[in-house]
Amino acid sequence: MKHTLALLLLVLMTSVACHKTQPPVTRPMPPPPPPPSDTVSLPPAPPAPVREPVPPEPLAADAVASRSLDDLNRDSPLQSVFFDYDSNELNDAGRAALNANAAVLKKYPAWTVTIEGHCDERGTPEYNLALGERRAVAARAYLLSLGIDTGRLRTVSYGSEFPFDPGHQETAWSRNRRAHFVITAK
Amino acid sequence: MMNSVRILIPAAAFAAGIGVIAAQAPAPQPEGPAPQQNDVSIAIKGDIGAPLHYAVPEFRALSPDPETAAAGKVLAEVLWNDLAYEREFDLIPRDTYRTIPQPQSANDVPFDRWRELGADGVVIGTVQRTGNTFHVEMRLYDVKGRSVALGKAYDNITLRNPRAGAHAMSDDIHDSQRGLRGVARTKLTFVSNRQNERLTGTVEKRDSKEVYVADYDGANQQRVTTNGRLNLSPSWSPDGRSIAYTSFMKIVPQILISNIYQGTLDIVTNDRNQAMLPVFSPDGSRVCFMSDRDGQFEIYTMSRDGSNVQRLTNHQSDDGSPTWSPTGTQVAFTSNRSGRPQIWIMDADGSNPRRITFNDSWADRATWSPAPYNEIAYAGQNGPGFDIKIYDVATGQTRVVTDGAGSNESPAFSPNGRHIAFTSTRAGEAQIYTMARDGKQLTKITSTGANTYPNWSR
Repeated sequence: MKHTLALLLLVLMTSVACHKTQPPVTRPMPPPPPPPSDTVSLPPAPPAPVREPVPPEPLAADAVASRSLDDLNRDSPLQSVFFDYDSNELNDAGRAALNANAAVLKKYPAWTVTIEGHCDERGTPEYNLALGERRAVAARAYLLSLGIDTGRLRTVSYGSEFPFDPGHQETAWSRNRRAHFVITAK
Repeated sequence: MMNSVRILIPAAAFAAGIGVIAAQAPAPQPEGPAPQQNDVSIAIKGDIGAPLHYAVPEFRALSPDPETAAAGKVLAEVLWNDLAYEREFDLIPRDTYRTIPQPQSANDVPFDRWRELGADGVVIGTVQRTGNTFHVEMRLYDVKGRSVALGKAYDNITLRNPRAGAHAMSDDIHDSQRGLRGVARTKLTFVSNRQNERLTGTVEKRDSKEVYVADYDGANQQRVTTNGRLNLSPSWSPDGRSIAYTSFMKIVPQILISNIYQGTLDIVTNDRNQAMLPVFSPDGSRVCFMSDRDGQFEIYTMSRDGSNVQRLTNHQSDDGSPTWSPTGTQVAFTSNRSGRPQIWIMDADGSNPRRITFNDSWADRATWSPAPYNEIAYAGQNGPGFDIKIYDVATGQTRVVTDGAGSNESPAFSPNGRHIAFTSTRAGEAQIYTMARDGKQLTKITSTGANTYPNWSR
């Protein structure tokens, strides 16, 4: 009985200490040890601070978190950001999309993302590689300003090599001038 | 220090690819037929100011098998095309001399018949099967002088590719008669999605793009890379035995060098930074490329093994698409430091940058001509599409070479500076074409899938 109490206290103290020194982690805390059968006479446990730092780890029931990477990317919760011709400037719609993406990334802190920069078919393929990179970097910089960790965001430019819409008119081009988000780990 | 990693590619991976070339052409001369004898070499002379007229009748088959007979036709046809390509001679249409008898020896060439036809030079050849190769002999006759101007024999011409023999003859004729380095044995490289393979690991529909090589005339198109990802901007080493290219094999683009006759792959850059658009220096020792390793895209050079990296540009703008001057002392590149992308020149250490294009809303992909021309071809835009333009470095004058049909981009000079390979959408999807430097002699090289990023071997 004394033994058990001491053990429980130790566990509690350790948990509190962990909580104080470490930022929220992305893994669930280890479950508390199973209560011994004779805990009836123990004083009620204090509101355990150990409950608080449980990270916003997606629950098994979370429809988004439980999907495979392929499924996630096929119907991605991360929105593309679109740009004007030969421009990497974010417009209002782009910033709104990035705000929403930042919220998703904060909800799922284990996700890492590749931001792909893309261009429409106009312009030259060589320079479009640089332009696509500027777009990816612009999206990345905005996400960093919203507090997303730099290590979670990688950029790559595909220039005009992978149009989303194969058409040859402005409706297609406007959809192809984009920063596209691919979830690469979760 | 060797920084690059060399990978031996298993032969099986190349069964349908470049291994075929390797088998056909062991080191160090890619196309085998070496001249066996070199008789005389006399330049045929015609009337001053008038072009010389050449005829190339079918080569006489000295072996009875159908392959040899077919080779006799191919050799004449390809040689005719090769000679016509440089426009040094007027080639008399082949169907006008089908009835002129093939001579059985050098003594019974029907010079009178050839003279009637207006020929100044006639190439008479024979082809003989020797085991698994052909032995070919060629004599260029001076019709007026009734003499041999050039005679050569060629061994080890493969049964699979007698065209290589015709290419060697064409280069010899241009060399002996005009002191001209022909391009008949040169090759093109480019990227294509023709294999119709979807990229794995993406949810959008994306086709892989692989590196291909072809003869200068578009024959013998063969795939080089097999990684199933995105590969761009292949660029020949000066010795024509290696191709540097951009590969997205590991998502972040890196520079690789494929040694196509050895079947080995050098991984030249391999880190978290993007490295793209490699071009070999004229002596082959260094590679110029663009990378985002210091933030935005800048231009760098490195040794061929990836060591000894030097930064050439340092500007809050994008600098890319580098090309070396023929002596390696200058680099032309694209920069948007003045707004839209334009062509700039700097010294090879990065000093003295100066802008050279001012009349285009967008200019990119400079490619510097070899000597004796001192020109920079680039893709420039004044209308909806791009045209190939040529800037004369000495005079500062620019001329437009394509005619506004489709969008014309990514020019690459032939090693003698007389031709340009480029991409055009004039017939729909992007295809590779070649043309003479005056815009004439348009030749379509590819037709399957979309084909881009042409580069011409030196």
